[in-house]
Amino acid sequence: MTVEQLSGGEMLIRALHDEGVEIVFGYPGGAVLHIYDAIFQQDKVEHILVRHEQAATHAADGYARATGRPGVVLVTSGPGATNAVTGVATAYMDSIPMVVISGQVESRLIGSDAFQETDMVGISRPIVKHSFMVSSAADIPRIVKEAFHIATTGRPGPVVIDVPKDVTDPKVKLPYEYPKDVKMRSYQVPGKGHSGQIKKAVEALLSAKRPMIYAGGGVIQGNGSELLTKLTQKLGYPITNTLMGLGAYPGTDKQFLGMLGMHGTYEANMAMHYCDVLLGIGARFDDRVTNSDTSKFCPDATILHVDIDPASISKTVTADVPIVGSVTAVLEEMLDQVQKSKTKVDKEALGIWWKQIEQWRGKDSLAIKSSGPDIIMPQQAVQAVYDITKGDAYVSSDVGQHQMFAAQHYTFDKPRRWINSGGLGTMGFGLPAAMGVQFAFPDAISVCITGEGSFQMNLQEYATCMQYQLPIKIICLNNQALGMVKQWQDMQYGGRYSHSTYAESLPDFTKLAEAYGHVGIRISHPDELHSKLEEAFALKDKLVFVDIQVDPNEHVYPMAIKGGAMKDMVLSKTERT
Amino acid sequence: MRHIISLLMENEPGALSRVVGLFSQRNYNIDSLTVAPTEDNSLSRLTVTTNGDDARIEQITKHLNRLVDVVKLVDLTEGAHVERELMLIKVKALGAQRAEIKRTADIFRGQVVDLTANVFTIQLTGTSDKLDAFIAAMGENTVLEVARTGVSGISRGEKTLAL
Repeated sequence: MTVEQLSGGEMLIRALHDEGVEIVFGYPGGAVLHIYDAIFQQDKVEHILVRHEQAATHAADGYARATGRPGVVLVTSGPGATNAVTGVATAYMDSIPMVVISGQVESRLIGSDAFQETDMVGISRPIVKHSFMVSSAADIPRIVKEAFHIATTGRPGPVVIDVPKDVTDPKVKLPYEYPKDVKMRSYQVPGKGHSGQIKKAVEALLSAKRPMIYAGGGVIQGNGSELLTKLTQKLGYPITNTLMGLGAYPGTDKQFLGMLGMHGTYEANMAMHYCDVLLGIGARFDDRVTNSDTSKFCPDATILHVDIDPASISKTVTADVPIVGSVTAVLEEMLDQVQKSKTKVDKEALGIWWKQIEQWRGKDSLAIKSSGPDIIMPQQAVQAVYDITKGDAYVSSDVGQHQMFAAQHYTFDKPRRWINSGGLGTMGFGLPAAMGVQFAFPDAISVCITGEGSFQMNLQEYATCMQYQLPIKIICLNNQALGMVKQWQDMQYGGRYSHSTYAESLPDFTKLAEAYGHVGIRISHPDELHSKLEEAFALKDKLVFVDIQVDPNEHVYPMAIKGGAMKDMVLSKTERT
Repeated sequence: MRHIISLLMENEPGALSRVVGLFSQRNYNIDSLTVAPTEDNSLSRLTVTTNGDDARIEQITKHLNRLVDVVKLVDLTEGAHVERELMLIKVKALGAQRAEIKRTADIFRGQVVDLTANVFTIQLTGTSDKLDAFIAAMGENTVLEVARTGVSGISRGEKTLAL
């Protein structure tokens, strides 16, 4: 058998195909022209032309979150690479598998401040799981294989491959063979958890009087939702999901207490504070959950922490029983040990605990307080979208009040449906992420719940949506201000709206959508909310921007009180715990 | 508490910057750092001295282990170990001082490795404390220049940091 001879550029694309990659989001430029020429001459890997490199990374990210497969990005050197940085950091913070191929100037020019040169490996170092600089085309197959292996295994994350232009020279052909497996002595993937530790955790769980389960994005990334649901229902225990974990447990189930944390429900935060055994799984006890002072966090609880990343355990809150392993392996063993254990759930104590929780739930902390018959409350708009899409859409969001309203009021029953930048909090994420989702699932409903602030950070992607005919539904909760900033200014800065308002300079969003060949619908009265939204979702082949004029003064509640414990919350403009 | 962490990492470009970058990006201290290839050319050994309570040191070792280039790691201060640092120190040595400095160097088992009519260059190895003590003994008016390698260390007995 003759070994195929390929150039470095051809190898890259071929290796992507051999890795199972179907789609690449990118933007061409000088340093990657050889690679783009290789793309042109094949039809196995589809390339999507975005309008800004940041959007390429977010689209790949959205694709990865929705499918569980790694997102792939191709950008040129210099500004192409630096534009991608925000998206790489976004993926890193949320542990999203991604491979970013960046062009680089020719090897002989590196370090000479050449045109469009930037040290991408250096710039991205703190925000990648790993990075490679390709020094020879012969290394490309191995490096691509290793990059995907690292990006997708263990705690997933972005990997950068920086490729100098000379390495992709079409005139230099080398033998190509894609490696079957990876040999890396310095990279091991944690497997199943320690059985002894799992047993300890299960005994603690079964002996609990006031148990609580706290599940995060790791359960979704690790495909552990089904097992988590099984375990939770077998035990009959209350459960909460983090912002990143929404959908890990069915949101409509009665054991679900809603999201926890800074804008979590009253019952979820109260149950966290008063529980005596806490099972944290695939969650990292971050400051938006624990509130700023971790010494006040879950004061009575024995903390069981399951995570695939040992560095996440006891980072902010010390775990009494740490378990390092994949969520599926650990959950399977937990289920097995719950079955086998002689200790049985204390039904009586659990009954009392649920009674207490129901009392907290009775407070209905997410109830919408109308500002008047002619004013659309932002939560109402989210609920209307939920009703119309029957809770079965893929919902991406940006960052701010609308994100929290979406998280609180669109109830997710399935994992991988809620696509948001939880860790980095990247405005401008929503639309490109929704594009990634729509490319992955052309027939699904891809909704982007956004604000007029975030949307304007990547609105150039309207053009991409036009080019590829993506029928995304953009639901803009337009409050004519940077709502979350304004909320904090209301609460902590005496209502001094420093650079958070711009009502007089907003574009006509309807015309803007039309200018790009899309449809724009404006909703300004509660009476037309449902009907016009239905009209928007009925336009199945069109991107529709729905500009919903919502109450500009609404705040997101509950809201954690800074420096307090999880039980300390502001519940409305006039009420606190 | 002071800790000496030794690790083996891939002898590749970028590996060192990842380790050093980790310390700055996570706000950990580096008191000293040494790095050089080992008997196996594909591996470098890096030794870093750092400070922190147990929780912080645990985080440092976990994050170091998480780096793809880091192959193996040991906290030498967890067990019996030998640590050494090498110092080259240039001191003013004039007239009667010359004999005094030589005597002091002998007490510290230092060697004069170079001299001029006015200056001694002394080589000294030992723990960091010993080197500090020698500098103090010389006095700040005498010391002209100090070059220290940073701490290198190895565990006592049969325990090895190897693949």
